[in-house]
Amino acid sequence: MTTLSELATPYTPNWCPGCGNMSLWAAFKNAAVQEGWDNTNTALAAGIGCHGHIVNFTKITSLEGLHGRPIPVATGIKLSDHKLNVFAFTGDGDCLGEGGNHFIHACRRNHDITIVIHDNGLYALTTGQTSPVSPHGFVSKSTPQGNLDNPLWPLQLAIAAGATFVARGYAGHIKELTELFVKANNHKGISVLDVLQPCVTFNKVCTHETYQQNTYYLDGSHDKTDKEAAFIKSMEWGEKKIPLGVFYEVQQDTYESQLPQLKDKPLVMRSPVYEGTEKLLKGYI
Amino acid sequence: MSKQEVLTIKIAGQAGQGIKSSGILLAKFAKRSGYNVFNYIEYPSIIRGGHNVMQINISLDEVTGPSYKIDFLIALNQDSIDFHLDEYKENSSVLYDSETNLDLSKLPENVSKYPLPLLDLARECGGSELHINTVALGALIGLKSGDIEVLKVLLKEEFEDKGENVIKLNQDAAEKGYSFVLDKYKDDLTDKLKHVQSLNETKDRILINGNEAVALGAIRAGLQFAAIYPMSPISNILHVLAKYQEEYGYVYKQPEDEISAINMSIGASFAGARAMTATSGGGFCLMGEGYGLAGIAEVPLVIVEGMRGGPGTGLPTWSEQGDLRMVLHMHQGDFPRIVLAAGDPQEAYYLTLAAFNLAERYQTTVVLLIDKNICENDQSYPIFDSKEYVVDRGKFSVDKIEDYKRYELSADGISIRSIPGVGNFFIANSDEHNEYGYSSEEIDNRNSQMNKRMKKLETCASTDMPPQTLYGSKDADVTIISWGSNKGSILQAIKEHENVNYLHITWMNPFPTGQIKKVLEESKHVLGVEASFSAQFLGLVKEKTGIEVKDKLLKYDGRPFYTHEIQQKIDSILGGKK
Repeated sequence: MTTLSELATPYTPNWCPGCGNMSLWAAFKNAAVQEGWDNTNTALAAGIGCHGHIVNFTKITSLEGLHGRPIPVATGIKLSDHKLNVFAFTGDGDCLGEGGNHFIHACRRNHDITIVIHDNGLYALTTGQTSPVSPHGFVSKSTPQGNLDNPLWPLQLAIAAGATFVARGYAGHIKELTELFVKANNHKGISVLDVLQPCVTFNKVCTHETYQQNTYYLDGSHDKTDKEAAFIKSMEWGEKKIPLGVFYEVQQDTYESQLPQLKDKPLVMRSPVYEGTEKLLKGYI
Repeated sequence: MSKQEVLTIKIAGQAGQGIKSSGILLAKFAKRSGYNVFNYIEYPSIIRGGHNVMQINISLDEVTGPSYKIDFLIALNQDSIDFHLDEYKENSSVLYDSETNLDLSKLPENVSKYPLPLLDLARECGGSELHINTVALGALIGLKSGDIEVLKVLLKEEFEDKGENVIKLNQDAAEKGYSFVLDKYKDDLTDKLKHVQSLNETKDRILINGNEAVALGAIRAGLQFAAIYPMSPISNILHVLAKYQEEYGYVYKQPEDEISAINMSIGASFAGARAMTATSGGGFCLMGEGYGLAGIAEVPLVIVEGMRGGPGTGLPTWSEQGDLRMVLHMHQGDFPRIVLAAGDPQEAYYLTLAAFNLAERYQTTVVLLIDKNICENDQSYPIFDSKEYVVDRGKFSVDKIEDYKRYELSADGISIRSIPGVGNFFIANSDEHNEYGYSSEEIDNRNSQMNKRMKKLETCASTDMPPQTLYGSKDADVTIISWGSNKGSILQAIKEHENVNYLHITWMNPFPTGQIKKVLEESKHVLGVEASFSAQFLGLVKEKTGIEVKDKLLKYDGRPFYTHEIQQKIDSILGGKK
């Protein structure tokens, strides 16, 4: 059993009041309490950006690494101890800018990890520049005349690259987001959870109001095993037309389950002293 | 001192003609016939076409470096004739296909010619162009009075998984060449490759290159996770590791790039696996950021860096020692980096064993520098002995610890390392952090954490750094100081100079300053030998010891130091007297 107080660290979140990260963090902790994620069964990796601070406020063992690199770190953790629930917290800049290559390749590998994109549509920790998901024409400190780049759509990218679980949540809906965290972790394979979490300080376009007025949840009429339907839904974005929920989910063998050397137990539970290494040298006689 | 007799054979042809495999076969043949062997391979960065060369140096005594001059050339195409015209000795020989109309007009007159219908002989036993090299090997062994049965056993082993027919075809091809020369050139036979020991006596000797030695060393050291992106000249490390992963129970993963390689390895090590990655200079540039992450987060990590000619893509299949300063300085700020450098495959094996223990003992990065010559040159050795090696995980605990502090301050700079999943909370943090791992920018904390991390280097220097080896007599007229693959060339060169010794450095950080200073101060004349334009290592020697090595033999053309280059330099210092 995990309790909320056990997840508390001596630090209070330093995110701005109203920041989407606050409720994202609340939803994650709720999911942890519900599912019993703690220091005996879970590890976190985070990148650099406002999102990365989450590890300082959540008492689950973590590695806060480099900008753009939480996904390979999470991959290494999972391959070494595949019994752990592994979460990679990342931002839209961290995941799709600096770490874009890692994201694409992680999607095609089906490691049993969950990638959580704290998606606020811009770079916030560096005080408001355009990010890979910022819309065309977006005015920011780095694009005062308007953004000339077209945005990347993380869900489209994830589905195209082969991810087996693709979902979107909104930080303001703590109950629904809690469920999405649970579903993403329970999925056997790579899970991509894009969380819309408004930056109240720098983003005047993607606000709580925008999402409260324009999001809706995919219902039973959406076939989440249909890749084409999922892709079409992932292209939907506009007034009253921002879908939330699970877009795509299919079962495939996880990467870890295909490694015979991980059948008995995780790598780190095995002795690193191997029998019969002398015979390797004898092959060179 | 008598001159060592070394038989130098070169096999040359275009890529795809089996130059490398023939060279290794010949080297193994010589080793099993009781000789010492040193192979040197040269090739361009393409898969087919291009000029490939394998040089096999064979001697009854230990042979450790390449020669420029050759005794015998197996020339499989016109380029093989044209590109090596200045490499012959007084009585060198060339073996070639008599039916290919090669232009031999430029060959020096004193070179003995051995024309053979290589392709025809291959076809006579049902073979094709693919078997020319085997016919030629048989012929060479015939001319040098080698035991053809030894070659046949090797061919059987080589083609074991291709079936009886392939084995027989190759054995027949070798036999064809062998019989042909015994008949046609019976007056020219020498005994340079005759069997000098029984097979039993040569059973405990191996022929191995640096890449293979590193990979086998890593497995012996208890490697549990490796993520390595392919790159010349280290790719063969990952080939060997990938092959044996199921059998021994570790994981090799090919990542999308070197950035991922180092971050995956850091994740694995954080989770508790003995982890490594490997790359060459360009890939290491991409790892620069992860290098320091491992340093500040105190994650143990072995990084093998196989140097090639830089900068940029540089000389992808040639050697250089231009990455030393990079591995010593790359990354912002300071962290305790251990940097080792091997001089040959044998040292690479033992330093790999050491690197894994040092990484976990000091919970930091250990770079093992090797270079293309070490990576890809084969050398014969007594089989490596690791019976004394014990896997040491340092201060490592998987028990639940009350009020666990991952970065607890300690006298030696090392704290107890735990892993996720065992109940001990911590943050392995890239941000400056307090003892638990929480981000902290407090002045006192920053200073104490930085001091703690850097203390590990001092502890390492006093606990684990061995004295460096001084080869040759203590009292010499010339002392050479160098590192890396120059070792073999230097040792080969000074065999003929009793009054020259060699100080070989394998620890670059921490640095054996005291010992080097003492040896250099007591030397009559110091010569620095290095394969880099800016003499990076000699600069380091000056920085640490205050001693400037004024006499330098430098090279940055990608080629190894040939024995005669070092000897000529020594002779010029000694004024011609030996």
